Amino acid sequence: MFRVTRRYRFAASHRLHAPPLSEEENRRIYGKCNNPFGHGHNYVLEVSARGPADERTGCAANTREMDELVAREVLAPFANRNLNTEAAAFAGAVVPTSENLGIEICRRLKARWHEAFPGNWPKLEKVRIAETARNIFEIGADEIA
Amino acid sequence: MIITRKVEFSASHVCRAPGLSEEENQRWFGTAANPHGHGHNYVLEVSLEGQPDPVTGMVLDLKELKEILNREVVSLYDHRFLNYEVPPFDREVPTTENIARDIWRRLEPHLTSGGRRLHSVRVYETPDLFVDYFGEQPCSA
Repeated sequence: MFRVTRRYRFAASHRLHAPPLSEEENRRIYGKCNNPFGHGHNYVLEVSARGPADERTGCAANTREMDELVAREVLAPFANRNLNTEAAAFAGAVVPTSENLGIEICRRLKARWHEAFPGNWPKLEKVRIAETARNIFEIGADEIA
Repeated sequence: MIITRKVEFSASHVCRAPGLSEEENQRWFGTAANPHGHGHNYVLEVSLEGQPDPVTGMVLDLKELKEILNREVVSLYDHRFLNYEVPPFDREVPTTENIARDIWRRLEPHLTSGGRRLHSVRVYETPDLFVDYFGEQPCSA
């Protein structure tokens, strides 16, 4: 069994603010991340697929197809964007924490996976997103309904 | 417990499958199908699963692991053109997957013994593309 992982980078801004909470509670919970003008990160995203290697090509996943899927589903909507004001997923009450961004990315990739990979294999296994080099979040595709 | 040792080697390769049309090769491999070849600084991480020996406190002496990796992999792969100089890549495409599997096959007989087993082989072709191989077991759904 192989796991093929590809790494992507994008920059985006966000503000952590939960509308149901008071201003004071938001400041207490999110601290500097609650700054009304927002701030940004250089995100590093890893997308992992698993499966057997194709006999003819020796590949378990066509990374060119993966690149196109990620460009369409992740980089186009999120790279160099303000996540709060430009991403539909975070327009409501969902706070664009990296937990929620990772879940949204995993959900978007899982929903379109079969367009890029129509066969039984490879399967989307997980995404791993680093907000900074010190804060890293991993979501298994099986965790997404 | 899982312990991991990292080594590096540099090698060139061509990713081109003889059974595929020119168009299919482009679709799978893009510029990596250039018949003149190109190279990478590969990074290999080998992970063993086991328990520390009650006397030495080690799963395997890392000096010994380093010697096995150098003898079985680095001395054969480093500064070589894989397609021409390292079997089985005269008949298999030297994709990162096939390299990881070949390294597994070379190492497994030297590393799995007693309560210790080869857990996984990770090969980085670049910092942005890597493959983990976990042995021959079939893929679970």
